[in-house]
Amino acid sequence: MLLARLKAGGPAIAKQGILVAFIVFMITFSLMSDRFLSADNIMSVFRQSAIIGVMALGVTIVVIGGNLDLSVGSMLSFATVLVVDLHDKIGPELAIPVMVLATLCLGAINGFLIGILRLNSLIVTLGMLSAIQGLVLIYSGGQNVDIVDQTGTWFAIFGRGAMFGIATPIIIFLGLALVFHVIMTTMPFGRRVHAVGGNPTASIFSGIPRSRVVFMTYLISALCVAIAAIILGSRVMGSQNNVGLGYELQVLAAVILGGTSLLGGSGSILRTVLGVLMLAFIQNGLILMGQPYYTQWLVTWVVIIVAVWLDVAAKRGRLFSPIA
Amino acid sequence: MNVNREPALRLQGIVKTFPGVRALDGVDFEVMPGEVHALLGENGAGKSTLMKVLAGMYQPDEGQIIIAGQKVRMTTPIEAKAQGVILIHQELSLVPEMSAAENIYLGELPRKSLGRVDWKTLEARSNAILKRLRCNFRAEVTVANLSIANQQMVEIARALTVDARVVIFDEPTASLTDAEKVVLFDIINDLKAQGVGIVYISHRMDEIFTLSDRITVLRDGGYRGTLNTADTNEDEVTRLMIGRSLDLSRDEAAREFGKTMLDVRNLTCPGLFENVSFSVRAGEVVGFYGLVGAGRTEIAETLFGLRKPTSGEILVDGETVEIGSPRAAIAMGISLVPENRKEQGLVLQMNCRDNMTLPQVQDLTAGPFLSQGAELAIFDQYRDRLAIKTPSWRQSAGVLSGGNQQKIVIGKWLSMQPRVLIVDEPTRGIDVGSKSEIHQLLRELAAQGYAVIVISSEMPEVLRVSDRIVAMYHGRIMREFSIDEVTEDSLVQAISGITSDTAA
Ligand SMILES: Nc1ncnc2c1ncn2[C@@H]1O[C@H](COP(=O)(O)OP(=O)(O)OP(=O)(O)O)[C@@H](O)[C@H]1O
Ligand SMILES: [Mg+2]
Repeated sequence: MLLARLKAGGPAIAKQGILVAFIVFMITFSLMSDRFLSADNIMSVFRQSAIIGVMALGVTIVVIGGNLDLSVGSMLSFATVLVVDLHDKIGPELAIPVMVLATLCLGAINGFLIGILRLNSLIVTLGMLSAIQGLVLIYSGGQNVDIVDQTGTWFAIFGRGAMFGIATPIIIFLGLALVFHVIMTTMPFGRRVHAVGGNPTASIFSGIPRSRVVFMTYLISALCVAIAAIILGSRVMGSQNNVGLGYELQVLAAVILGGTSLLGGSGSILRTVLGVLMLAFIQNGLILMGQPYYTQWLVTWVVIIVAVWLDVAAKRGRLFSPIA
Repeated sequence: MNVNREPALRLQGIVKTFPGVRALDGVDFEVMPGEVHALLGENGAGKSTLMKVLAGMYQPDEGQIIIAGQKVRMTTPIEAKAQGVILIHQELSLVPEMSAAENIYLGELPRKSLGRVDWKTLEARSNAILKRLRCNFRAEVTVANLSIANQQMVEIARALTVDARVVIFDEPTASLTDAEKVVLFDIINDLKAQGVGIVYISHRMDEIFTLSDRITVLRDGGYRGTLNTADTNEDEVTRLMIGRSLDLSRDEAAREFGKTMLDVRNLTCPGLFENVSFSVRAGEVVGFYGLVGAGRTEIAETLFGLRKPTSGEILVDGETVEIGSPRAAIAMGISLVPENRKEQGLVLQMNCRDNMTLPQVQDLTAGPFLSQGAELAIFDQYRDRLAIKTPSWRQSAGVLSGGNQQKIVIGKWLSMQPRVLIVDEPTRGIDVGSKSEIHQLLRELAAQGYAVIVISSEMPEVLRVSDRIVAMYHGRIMREFSIDEVTEDSLVQAISGITSDTAA
């Protein structure tokens, strides 16, 4: 029956596949735990997803532009350690801009190597992943950092505050999502990113400055990491020097779940938000069911594979490939 | 003919719909053994779709496929191949990273024990096939390093690896040279003599009339009839296809040429072209004629900022310029309709409208936002002007028929309203009706004051649209003809490198 529906719907259902899976998940979990759909729990899932979510927005844009960014995890460690450490040294009003600039510099290195020098993005950002982690350890001397006066600083508002009864991280995440959605769908820059990711050669033949566009996508990704670091640093009021470890995979998982093609040229910010929430609800559901956190890794992986499979199956109109 | 014989293959009442399009609407079609059956129709008429149904790539919504008297259902190209039905695609479908041999036997590589590939047999067999096709390259080369024409030959070679019942050629000659065409026609006649049924799709009437036994015409997905080639003529077929006769005359209205818009002096790019000098005036169409590989495309790419010349000068509207990038070229009012629509012209997953407005996307804004209205206005204008067939602007360019894709690319560059318009093989894969319209359009554009350069390997095309013809051979300009003095013979001589006395 599923097959028949897939065939009948064609690409239309491919777009909705994740939504269907999401609803199925929500129903299953809510049957298994009555706390799952409580307002409190939903709010807390949203709040916890904000950090991964903000980073996933930037990575979505990089991926639509035809590249990958695996350096976001250690870049998050770098940015969080920096902003927390500087908070007590130079005050939050300076710490934030200094950290944002430093993080943008890392993004610019990615952008230069991949956009201008045209190096392979997988290799460059994988290298940056460990290079930046090294940088963090050198900077911190292996020590974790803390903010001493945790209650008396306005820095707390980003991670712990709320506006109109909604936690600030949620507002930042959804607000940014809206902004990037508008940029990607209604502004020339978004169109160019799609073109460059979809067909780099044809983009050059259309006079699009491909190098500059790719460079910009990495700056945006770094900016998103910087914003995520502000939320994280503010919420924890301290930072381990490897706090972002493994985040790059979670982020990529959310982007893929959202249906953004790793081949570049197509994808959507709003659907990445859906991917982020789905991932967060799955992990939350497992916790409520008393599963240890490492089962989350296994389940997350299975969910991604199934999502990718359904997506491909819907595109070719059958569940199994006819070609051996 | 062959009335008392069983068709090799027959299609009955085939219906196939895509969202928003009824691509095939009850089509009947049959091929006899040993027959060349041509399939004709405008761009988007449904020819490729019908053939994909035949080759197991699409499932028909209605209708049946009968092979050797048996009703069959083919759900994959592999099943179709097992039935002896082989499709040679309009758009190449090779794996570029693999060798020609691996591509030829893709999916059925000869094996040794333990499943190891038997490279010796593979290469020996592949080379034998390539030899039969008179190809001058070896099966060991990587496909990416082959010219488009040679890639096409690899695609054709695939068909010769099995005992074929029916072989379908979907616009096989679009990128072949005349010499390669002769080889292809020999192959087709060989297959025919062996009793294989051939389906031949092309927009070139001369080929259809030399090659085919019967002609079936499709129009808007509907079946229009089947004619014996011997009993019909081009005009009748054209009328069946597009509903009117074609006006193939040259627009002889006397021309006034304006000032020189483009002046190229001693331009050199070693190994590609040398000492190239020519000029184009406003209101003038200059045709660049030559064999594939004569350096014409490379000159166009240099003028569009995609290559750097080592010496020479380019003047646009009287001023010496450096054209460092396509952006710079566009800013100077130069447009290039490139040779290869899929790789250089279109972002396939992007919709038709967005593709068309891509080079000017930062100017079509209201405030910081893209102006839907401005974009749609451009799309509508050029869809109507070029008769582009698509259910809506939202359709991704990749699913349009080949000819309609080409029209999107032409529309994209016309909408830039350039001062100098360069078109490289503008009518490749375009149906006869639209082709003649595009020729007229190029003439009209010139009349409006554009300077137009048309690169073409088709003699009738350059003769019809040009005011002057530049003949190239091996990266050099052999001779320039004004349209009044040119003859087919002198043109053929010039592009083969034969310098006659008059040329000196
Ligand atoms: N996969 C698809 N999805 C949606 N529409 C399609 C698809 N394939 C073909 N079409 C549409 O079906 C119609 C017929 O297309 P087809 O490619 O068969 O034309 P054609 O006769 O081969 O044209 P051409 O001479 O330009 O190659 C076109 O309108 C095309 O846009
Ligand atoms: Mg076709």
